[in-house]
Amino acid sequence: MKVILPTPLAEYTGRRREVEAQGATLAELLADLDRRHPGIRFRVVDEQDAIRPHIKIFVNRAQESSLERPLAAGDEVLVVAALSGG
Amino acid sequence: MARLRILVGTRKGLFALDADRARRKWSMSGPHFLGQVVNHAVLDPRDGRTALAAVRAGHLGPTVYRSEDGGRRWKESEKPPAFDKATSGEKGPSVSHVFWLTPGPASEPRRWYAGTSPQGLFVSDDAGRTWRGVSGFNSHPQRLAWIGGSQDAPPDGATLHSIQLDPANPRHLYIGMSSGGVFESFDDGATWSALNRGCAADFLPDPDPEYGHDVHCLRVHPVSGDVYQQNHCGIYRLDRGASRWDRIGRAMPKRIGDIGFPLVLHPRDPKTLWVFPMDGGTVWPRVPIDGKPAVYGSRDAGKSWRRLDAGLPPAQAWFTVKRQAMCGDGLDPVGLYFGTTGGEVWASFDEGERWHCLCLHLPHVYSVEAALAD
Repeated sequence: MKVILPTPLAEYTGRRREVEAQGATLAELLADLDRRHPGIRFRVVDEQDAIRPHIKIFVNRAQESSLERPLAAGDEVLVVAALSGG
Repeated sequence: MARLRILVGTRKGLFALDADRARRKWSMSGPHFLGQVVNHAVLDPRDGRTALAAVRAGHLGPTVYRSEDGGRRWKESEKPPAFDKATSGEKGPSVSHVFWLTPGPASEPRRWYAGTSPQGLFVSDDAGRTWRGVSGFNSHPQRLAWIGGSQDAPPDGATLHSIQLDPANPRHLYIGMSSGGVFESFDDGATWSALNRGCAADFLPDPDPEYGHDVHCLRVHPVSGDVYQQNHCGIYRLDRGASRWDRIGRAMPKRIGDIGFPLVLHPRDPKTLWVFPMDGGTVWPRVPIDGKPAVYGSRDAGKSWRRLDAGLPPAQAWFTVKRQAMCGDGLDPVGLYFGTTGGEVWASFDEGERWHCLCLHLPHVYSVEAALAD
């Protein structure tokens, strides 16, 4: 399925903002994303499997806080990173 | 012939200053990691080629980058420092940022240590490619008591830093924590004990607490093994084998005091050190006293101090020098360097007698580290 990434993560994907990844849940999708683009998951999810404080993940435009959220073929996942601060 | 390289970590990226060993002509390169916070970047003095940088981009998770060509090209660690995942139902810590990097002993040329915020100790045995937690510290049942809670932490987060090695025993490690104090291990990190007796912690009710101190910078002399410390309450020395700190900052001029962040040791003479005093009065402005920056040096292990400000701004200079942002270069005479929160890097090529501005207009400087590059 399609995953749309923020610019701070584009260094992991050869500057592509839209990439493909698979998984039956958000957790599986992020694991697959990390296999395809090593290192990207830890910048989004911490070692306790919590989404980092200033990262938001949307599935089909609805914000998700649980990595156990089931996914289906055709879902669109959007990762947003805040750019606040000076 | 080896050249001198200064890695300058800033709030907005990493820069390098290069010179030959005469230190007459300098050039600057970078930025690497533009827009990302670089808390610490260190070129390995053991090979002059490996360099590690502690990097965090905005709100993304923290990581470490590594270079095998002295800092020209960088690649991310495959497994950055991270705490163990907590067991189900428990809340475990997560690394906010990697704050400190220390190359390991000469006998283990690929070993590095990392300190993090919140306070965690990590080790790599493949030159920074992968990291694992030092469980003897990170999982110690007393760790939370040692480091305190959020009320004990500085605004940017509590840190483990100043990872130092005993030159006579590479299994003997020292760490400093803000907050937490100084701890040492004699078994390569398996067990730890507090090393704070005699050290003030005037923000705590106990006049001589076992731990909970606010270490700003701890340095172990690479020849003698004597330990020096700049902390929140003064400048201290712990002679090798002693168990009680001696407040050598009492010999500083009363008008200046002995508050500051960095502390630099002479690489060969165990009795020579330099500090950068700052205003620790009222609300702790953390700026040069009266806006007149000066390094203070001692040649007798802190019994007496001398002001070293020739060439520095004479007045109205209100920057701060952070704990990683001052270093020496190991040459003879020793070159000293410090970076400021105003983006300047200053250098002295005669052990502090006269200062020269190497560059202006960098972002807020977090770290300045010198080494001879291969």
